[in-house]
Amino acid sequence: MSDKIYRIDMNKLSFKIENVPEEWKALGGRGLTSNIVANEVDPECHPLGPNNKLVFAPGLLSGTTAVNSGRNSLGAKSPLTGGIKESNVGGTLAGILSKLGVKALIVEGIPKDDTKFYHLHVTKDNVDFIEVPELVGKDNYFVLDSMLEKYDKKVAVMSIGRPGEMKMVTSNISVKDTQEKLRSFGRGGLGAVMGSKKIKCITVDAEKYKEVTVSNPEKFKDASKRFTQTLKNNHTTSKGLAAFGTAALVNVINGAGALPSRNFTNGNTENAEFICGETLAENIKQRDGKTAHGCLQGCIMQCSQVYNDKDGNYLTSGFEYETIWAFGAHLGIKDLDQIAKIDALMDDLGLDSIETGATLGVAVEAGLIEYGDGEKAYDIIENELAKGTPLGRIIGSGAGNLGKLYGLTRVAVVKNQSMPAYDPRAIKGIGITYATTPMGSDHTAGFTVPVNLSQADNRVDPLKKENQIDLSRRMQVQTAMVDSLGMCNFIARPMLDGPKCLLAMVDMINARFDSKLTVDGWKNLGKTILKTEKAFNLKAGLTNADDRLPEFMRYEPLPPHNTAWDFTGKEIDEFWNF
Amino acid sequence: MDKSITITIQLFAEYRENRFKVEKRVYASGTTAQDIIDELGINEHEFPLGILMVNSKHEKDEYILQEGDVLAFFPEIAGG
Repeated sequence: MSDKIYRIDMNKLSFKIENVPEEWKALGGRGLTSNIVANEVDPECHPLGPNNKLVFAPGLLSGTTAVNSGRNSLGAKSPLTGGIKESNVGGTLAGILSKLGVKALIVEGIPKDDTKFYHLHVTKDNVDFIEVPELVGKDNYFVLDSMLEKYDKKVAVMSIGRPGEMKMVTSNISVKDTQEKLRSFGRGGLGAVMGSKKIKCITVDAEKYKEVTVSNPEKFKDASKRFTQTLKNNHTTSKGLAAFGTAALVNVINGAGALPSRNFTNGNTENAEFICGETLAENIKQRDGKTAHGCLQGCIMQCSQVYNDKDGNYLTSGFEYETIWAFGAHLGIKDLDQIAKIDALMDDLGLDSIETGATLGVAVEAGLIEYGDGEKAYDIIENELAKGTPLGRIIGSGAGNLGKLYGLTRVAVVKNQSMPAYDPRAIKGIGITYATTPMGSDHTAGFTVPVNLSQADNRVDPLKKENQIDLSRRMQVQTAMVDSLGMCNFIARPMLDGPKCLLAMVDMINARFDSKLTVDGWKNLGKTILKTEKAFNLKAGLTNADDRLPEFMRYEPLPPHNTAWDFTGKEIDEFWNF
Repeated sequence: MDKSITITIQLFAEYRENRFKVEKRVYASGTTAQDIIDELGINEHEFPLGILMVNSKHEKDEYILQEGDVLAFFPEIAGG
């Protein structure tokens, strides 16, 4: 059996199952979603109007036995940035779509009757459109539990909470993980796009199918084994991430003077020891939680965790560095348990924890909340944002829009998307990524930090301008391909150790599809993906003038290094010379 | 030269296990970062040195310690 394209029309409440066009056959994950969006979505369309599409695609290696290959991409035009968006997620979705033989699931149109919300149930030969008045106004865990009760624990579940229904640009789409908890298509406000299409949730049932084929199983097994070994040989992917989670970065980035604190006015926070990965791990051990936990099947890195409260009751999982940064350093909450409660609340509501936390940090300057007030932050999210009050709408509109409403200039956004937990004045490579990625400021799009902050001889000095463009380009090209395979982004670390990791992935692709991809071919594909995304943005009206960091970073040097952002526009534009 | 200097050593992540979080220590003038690495047994550890920072800036192993320096040792980093 060959994979198919499942095309759902919300205007007619109908579906078609199509053969995969020849030109899409070699694509998967981000490469496929960005291609479909670029080919089928009018770049000038309103992201919340009838002409935007949601395109879900598992990676090229998703559903196989390759470890850490279960990421699923989602593409659309973003209502936050106005440009193309690819967001990817762990959980069980990619594996289940692959098992069903779904190359991509494309959702088009908007229902004529906009008073109803639907649940879409996708099976091998059918898509059901089920009206769900009982789920309207409910949040993700209620929806997830309802679906698990209705079907069984093996269906994939995607859903939006109230912010998504209200089409807020801070809303995301949640996906069931392996433990009946949630992971998210986090950034770019894609929950609002799903809300605009009046879809409350999508379930995918692949129970009786196993359509994932591998042309040469022996070769695949060999390459997969070599790939696994490169992850086991690197201490971050074999032990470090499992021990401290991504929150290990709190002390590192703070130590480097690059942890954006008090709304990007300092590179150090006084709260580091309260909110760091070491404290997180200590709390977990004392409270009978789990430091090592995978978000997707076949994960050997286990960067997630089960974080309990002082009485040993579950608080949250997938408790990420960026969330902890946003609420702990940027907004100043030093109680890690309070941040964990907010994290769990945002999971339930379906909110991008970076955009929401970043907005609340800016809200301090707007006089809406005091620095460090965790109770108030929780209250604003629970009782204003989730209920769609005027204040809730303001916070739910993201940092860029809040800044405009209150006349603020210190607003760290690019293409209207909030900058995460690495200050580009003190780690300049990531600044080039924030500026140039077609996604709006996004650290995952080209994560230069391990190279900028390495002890190795090929380190690119984080405080200087030299070689940052090349570094960011190299990482962005690589990431575009990693995102296309369905691989977890954290394999970037073993990829720095030598060529074996990349070679093993290329070999896995060739063994699965009986193709003849080379390492150069891989790089060219990555470049093509970036250029396709950039071309969409240009047509959408985002020009090189949007590839800039906020001006305040040019005239406000960041302590402790007191360095400013000093790349000229012309220098930044060099990025696209490839 | 038997002049002594006082420095602060900060350890992070796995390096804290069976060691300490932060300590002030006195060394002879001319001591290098490598001497501290050897003393702490960091390179013998299963987690090789990822980042060495002195006063929030990268330094190489051969860096000669100065009075009042704050040394921070981190294992390799990943994630994000």
